[in-house]
Amino acid sequence: MRPEIWNIIFGKLSWDDIPYDVLILDVTFAAVLLAALTVFGLITYHRKWAYLWSEWFTSVDHKKIGVMYIVLALVMLFRGFTDAFMMRTQQALAAGGAQGYLPPHHFDQIFTAHGTVMIFFFAMAFLVGVMNIAMPLQIGARDVAFPWLNNFSFWMTVSGAILLNVSLFIGLLGRTGWLAMPPLSGIAYSPDVGVDYYIWSLQIAGIGTTLSGVNMIATILKMRAPGMTMMRMPVFTWTTLAANVLIVAAFPVLTATLAMLALDRYLGMHFFTNDMGGNAMLYVNLIWIWGHPEVYILILPCFGIFSEVVATFSGKPLFGYRSMVYATCCILVLSFVVWLHHFFTMGSGASVNTFFGIATMIIAVPTGAKIFNWLFTMYRGRIRFETPMYWTVGFLITFTIGGMTGVMLAVPPADFQLHNSLFLIAHFHNVIIGGVVFGLMAGYQYWWPKVFGFKLDDKWGRRAFWGWCIGFYLAFMPLYILGLMGVTRRLQSYTDVGWQIYFIIACIGMLTIGAGIACTVIQLVVSIKNREKLKCGPDPWNGRTLEWATTSPVAPYNFPQDIVVTGRDAWWQMKKQGFKWSTDYQPIHMPKNTWAGIVPAFFALALGFALVWHIWWLVIVSFLAAIGSIIYHTFDFDRDYYIPAEEVARDQEKAKEAYV
Amino acid sequence: MTTADQTGDTHHEDHAHSSPTQLGFWIYLMSDCLIFGTLFATYAVLGRSYAGGPAPQDLFELDFALIETALLLFSSVTFGMGMLRMDKGDKAGLMKWLIVAGLFAIGFLAMEVYEFHHFIELGATPDRSAFLSAYFTLVGTHGLHVTFGTIWLIVLLVQISRKGLTEATRRRTATLSMFWHFLDLVWIGVFSLVYLTGVVL
Repeated sequence: MRPEIWNIIFGKLSWDDIPYDVLILDVTFAAVLLAALTVFGLITYHRKWAYLWSEWFTSVDHKKIGVMYIVLALVMLFRGFTDAFMMRTQQALAAGGAQGYLPPHHFDQIFTAHGTVMIFFFAMAFLVGVMNIAMPLQIGARDVAFPWLNNFSFWMTVSGAILLNVSLFIGLLGRTGWLAMPPLSGIAYSPDVGVDYYIWSLQIAGIGTTLSGVNMIATILKMRAPGMTMMRMPVFTWTTLAANVLIVAAFPVLTATLAMLALDRYLGMHFFTNDMGGNAMLYVNLIWIWGHPEVYILILPCFGIFSEVVATFSGKPLFGYRSMVYATCCILVLSFVVWLHHFFTMGSGASVNTFFGIATMIIAVPTGAKIFNWLFTMYRGRIRFETPMYWTVGFLITFTIGGMTGVMLAVPPADFQLHNSLFLIAHFHNVIIGGVVFGLMAGYQYWWPKVFGFKLDDKWGRRAFWGWCIGFYLAFMPLYILGLMGVTRRLQSYTDVGWQIYFIIACIGMLTIGAGIACTVIQLVVSIKNREKLKCGPDPWNGRTLEWATTSPVAPYNFPQDIVVTGRDAWWQMKKQGFKWSTDYQPIHMPKNTWAGIVPAFFALALGFALVWHIWWLVIVSFLAAIGSIIYHTFDFDRDYYIPAEEVARDQEKAKEAYV
Repeated sequence: MTTADQTGDTHHEDHAHSSPTQLGFWIYLMSDCLIFGTLFATYAVLGRSYAGGPAPQDLFELDFALIETALLLFSSVTFGMGMLRMDKGDKAGLMKWLIVAGLFAIGFLAMEVYEFHHFIELGATPDRSAFLSAYFTLVGTHGLHVTFGTIWLIVLLVQISRKGLTEATRRRTATLSMFWHFLDLVWIGVFSLVYLTGVVL
């Protein structure tokens, strides 16, 4: 027994919570430590801390915040992929009595981490990053509506990500799956801190996501260039609007639901417990009322990315703009009335299941309309097969297959067979990799030159695509077959050796995807090395929307003058009319950088850690510090400044010289 | 059409004329509304799961809840009076009314704390049954919002007294006023669904 004072200082935390007896974690810890020391060392050696602080960490520039989101996403992709690597190799080995190398206790944490990291910190972060970079430029805005909030949202996402990853080395993560279903996630069956890490990590990141949603909607509704009516907005901006409406409408449900789970665990309440009137199925309903819209939050902006890419590289206006907008809005509404299809087996009765089954199938109609719109955009277009188009064509085929298996799962009787089987796993990876990841990669290749002023290397970009595409089919087609054979998800080991060959093929697929990721990294290195050769002007793809009207890389104020929009595909029209920027520059009003994003978010991280370990003094201190720092910030009324006209003139001239 | 004749500074002007803050705060309120929506739905599902413990009829006193409601509504009215003074440019009048509104809110909070304390003394603790978990969480979340609103009010009073009625302090007062009335509206829902329905039905 340790003395009481230690319990007060450290809460539940003790040396026994450091998992130094797990070799994999020791190696990981050593690698992370080494990488961190190298990065910190290099930054210190090159004296870049001040630069990073003043130019990036405290920046309110939406492009820089977007880039930071994507850096976070790529790091988290690495984490999530490592988890996938362990699961696939484990399942390829652990057949017919063999136990592989991961005990159930560890394996269960890995699938929880994989889902949580990939959805919240890879896909969401990447997406918010792309929206941050492209959307304000597309509507001709100087910045987002609330620049400080944007910085704060980003750092809250980072805090959530850090807290989740701390669970690797201090304590453990839940063994409950990525949605932490009770009663398993309740205190009775998960008495350790794993679920608490999950809860507080998502609560912190969720605040960031919700506020970022508010910010984006206000930006789109209030900050558009004069003349840009709603029906003149680029489709990516439309889908961004739809996704953020979904964020604002769905994330509060997640926040409330996880708060109730936390109350069950911390104060012994009975929302989702087995006894005293609690109802675990209420949690399942609530979590999917958030969870289903969540998948549309991910896919809708990707639909927007594909729309931009297809129109640009086909040299045609997007086919069926209006139908695209209406289809997006239909999907937005429908996504809120299908949540029950995730648990037909709950036994809500035939009528309820039928309603939700049919509602689910109806979503295929607007989605199908979109697929045809993209195909008709390409039809008789002058298609240029640049890298983003590879991802787009790969998406069209892969996503259609995923959509069809989705409709199969929407049939309740079929779902009773397929529920929680590997068929389901194959289905949602089919749409999330084939739709979301391909879309994000297309957007990454497409907008990179806008942000950095040079293109990404073609050859390595195509190799990355083939790695991901072939790897996806190898990794997940066997899972469809296994699912039809009745194999359930989340198996640490299995007895039937007949299944093993499929798991081995899936493992090879995972390695092929890994090769694709490696190609993305190599592409990045090669492109940065050859950046002089790959340098490009403001409009490298012969684009159609306003982001291509301004310099690459974009100046902090985005556009040297305000733009008046006269129709859809605004930049295309301006080009046709021989648009030239005026040289009559005016001073530009800009928000100042602020510490008030990263500092409160850091206190939120401390708060989360303290809550996980029941360190109550730190809970109080960090909570007061977070609130106090924000209140302190509200006393700062001097938040903006003017960029003088001469400075605007100077760097516009410099930008012109750069690529002549 | 070219934009050569455009000046680069229109952004600043519409910044001043139509700040996105009001709209943004409305959107935030809608998200907050959904948090309450989730808690209301939970109460609707679990509100009769007494697990052999006390039921609403054993606990709630309508007179008490009615006075709480009155305090909160008066707080809203007095805040509104303050907004009228602000429109007239009367800084002292605004501050006086805001202080009155704040005192009503503190009165409301005091009654709520007393009520919670009373229930817990009776053995009706949040961990006694699903009904009580849902009750304490719904009403407590509203109470926390009122608490934050009150802190915000105090901060704002300091800022108004220092800075006077500037564009920024006016905008913040208008935003807090939206929050204040929103919490009233939520309370009407709490009073109807929790207290009235609990005792009458």
